[in-house]
Amino acid sequence: MLKTMGRAIMLLLVMTLLTGIAYPLVVTGLAKVIFPKQAEGSLAYKNGQPIGSVLIGQNFSDARYFYSRPSAAGKDGYDATSSSGSNLGPTNKTLLDSVATRAKQVRTDNRLSAATPVPGDLITASASGLDPDISPEAAQIQVDRVAKARNLSEQKVQALVDQYTQGRQLGFLGEPRVNVLKLNMALDSI
Amino acid sequence: MTSNDLMQLGFYLIVLILLAIPLGRYMAKVLQGEKTFFDGVMGPLERLIYRICGIDAGQEMNWKQYGLAFLVFNLFGLVTLFILQLVQGRLPLNPQGFAGVNWNLAFNTAVSFTTNTNWQAYGGESTMSYLTQMVGLTVHNFFSPAVGVAVLVAFIRGLISRQGKSLGNFWVDTTRVVLWILLPLSLIFALVLVSQGVIQNLAPYLTVHTLQGASQTIAMGPVASQEAIKMLGTNGGGFMNVNSAHPFENPTPFTNLLEMLAILLIPVAQVFAFGHMVKDKKQGRVIFGAALVMLVLMLGICYGSEIAGNPQIAKIGISTSSVMEGKEVRFGVVNSALWATVTSATSNGSVNAMHDSFTPLGGMVPMLNIMLGEVIFGGVGVGLKGLLIFVILTVFIVGLMVGRTPEYLGKKVEGFEMKMAVLAVLLPSAAILLGSGLASVIAWGTSSIANPGPHGLSEILYAFASCAGNNGSAFGGLSANTQFYNVALGITMLVGRTAIIVPTLAIAGSMASKKIAPVTAGTFETTSVLFSGLLVSVILIVGALTFFPALALGPIVEHLSMWAGKAF
Repeated sequence: MLKTMGRAIMLLLVMTLLTGIAYPLVVTGLAKVIFPKQAEGSLAYKNGQPIGSVLIGQNFSDARYFYSRPSAAGKDGYDATSSSGSNLGPTNKTLLDSVATRAKQVRTDNRLSAATPVPGDLITASASGLDPDISPEAAQIQVDRVAKARNLSEQKVQALVDQYTQGRQLGFLGEPRVNVLKLNMALDSI
Repeated sequence: MTSNDLMQLGFYLIVLILLAIPLGRYMAKVLQGEKTFFDGVMGPLERLIYRICGIDAGQEMNWKQYGLAFLVFNLFGLVTLFILQLVQGRLPLNPQGFAGVNWNLAFNTAVSFTTNTNWQAYGGESTMSYLTQMVGLTVHNFFSPAVGVAVLVAFIRGLISRQGKSLGNFWVDTTRVVLWILLPLSLIFALVLVSQGVIQNLAPYLTVHTLQGASQTIAMGPVASQEAIKMLGTNGGGFMNVNSAHPFENPTPFTNLLEMLAILLIPVAQVFAFGHMVKDKKQGRVIFGAALVMLVLMLGICYGSEIAGNPQIAKIGISTSSVMEGKEVRFGVVNSALWATVTSATSNGSVNAMHDSFTPLGGMVPMLNIMLGEVIFGGVGVGLKGLLIFVILTVFIVGLMVGRTPEYLGKKVEGFEMKMAVLAVLLPSAAILLGSGLASVIAWGTSSIANPGPHGLSEILYAFASCAGNNGSAFGGLSANTQFYNVALGITMLVGRTAIIVPTLAIAGSMASKKIAPVTAGTFETTSVLFSGLLVSVILIVGALTFFPALALGPIVEHLSMWAGKAF
């Protein structure tokens, strides 16, 4: 029994050094050398200052920007220190009410008729609360609003949306999407 | 249903099988101590470890010695992980200055990671220091699948042994699984993940001014190294609160594919390894077939329900999917449904979408998968043990029906094996039903519910199922970080883990000493398609009989309500 305990403690210790210290540090070192940008968080810069990560969504409420999806992360959404979904169930009145309210808001913001269908992702909170993407449909219905707010031609904004629409990865994986931060940065640099 | 969805699902299954077949052959070699490609590097390291730890690699253990070594090793692991969390505030590698974790959460988490559950009552990026994530959680992400495989190998040795007592050496099996299988795979996988955008650094959290001028603080950390073993070892404990839905854990559809492959890779490979080890590949294939049929069936239900959507949201006028609540745009509906199915088929329990917001039947699939005992390939190590328990049950039931002596791999299945097999099935089921029964009638249990109506019961049922099955996924709305749930679910996890490990070791010990009877006309074939079908039936019938009443009160009644236009 004593021998078993001794071996257990020693193996625990040795394996902790190997898998808990050596392994993560080796990965950290290699990542820093081979993929430095990805390892530090795929940061986006403006005038030399980091303004976020292209992988982490941000809040946009100014009509001149494309809006991101609703977010349940933190108190005001898009809190990248406390990722979270809403966890509202499919028959929860709170969910049904807020989805209906958001649909109304989307239609008002973008001057759409009450009968116009709205993209599902634009009125639901994402899983992470940090979803960097919206669907191409969700970008599409905002083109008119953003163009007017910026005094740009609709064609010009449309061209940017098309440019920043990513197809399925390798042609068939995942879903088509538009990275909101990248698109809005491109708008700002026009 | 679109053709692209079907293509993604088909592609996943085909690549999975193509990778698992060679890995199964490799695993069998490693576990039987045969020569492999990595011997030049790992051989000296292995011998060094044995020397430091005073392990005699030649020592043979009977089932009690093997079980004792397993229990002692896990107990020490559990205690050190518990203490590490309590004192993390005073230790280095804690740039955010997180305080020590409170005792009941630390207990829950220590049990959770040592039992391969990785149930998380905490948000990773707001609770755990980098040191705890590395030397605590990552380490147990290696240990818990490694000891799972060790005990599986012991079980297989018991099945093929010719009137012996030895089941092998626990220390050697555990060490070899880490060195030859988990570590090399994780190292490669972690780097591939970083290339796609998974972060890996020890920097403090970064505060930026966003494009619109607000302030945003972004959590950092050594994510990729933990992510890789979290997926490969059917662990599932996320670095971040939302697990693989977080863009830093799972940034692209490609990482999503790789992570889903990693969930099932070893569980499928070990079925093929089993065929090699018992020197009859058909025995492996028959189990593979049964599990694959169930996987496709469950996937169909989950995907079908999610595609059908939520009629109460659809009526608002939706141009795309009506069930994007709790899902990420880059994954969409099909990859969320596929992930939910495979993460619960195994004991992985990671998520890339919030199961709590799934349609009622879409969310029932992961719950049911777990309740069936995670035998749709199942966890690394323990999954195949669960399947073999059902094989023994099937052999016995069929034997009774046709009046033949129940035998498996030439060994008689008798009273003792049956008692142990039934115990392994009954104990976790009892823990799920009694636990959720208790929690749904006392205020400590019900006050944590987030969603009203039948969905509230589903949240509690899911929590106990997930913990008893050592899965770790959740209906995350339930506020599980309370003293009651931390302790109750901690105990449930221990019961679930012990109930699969101890009875199967006992069966192994008893089977090891039996004679291998020659095949006669009276022997029931366990390599036929018929047997595969019988195995599936036994698993589904046992599961349905045990859990149908509970499921009827939760997801099924919610499904009917949703389509009848009712809300709560």
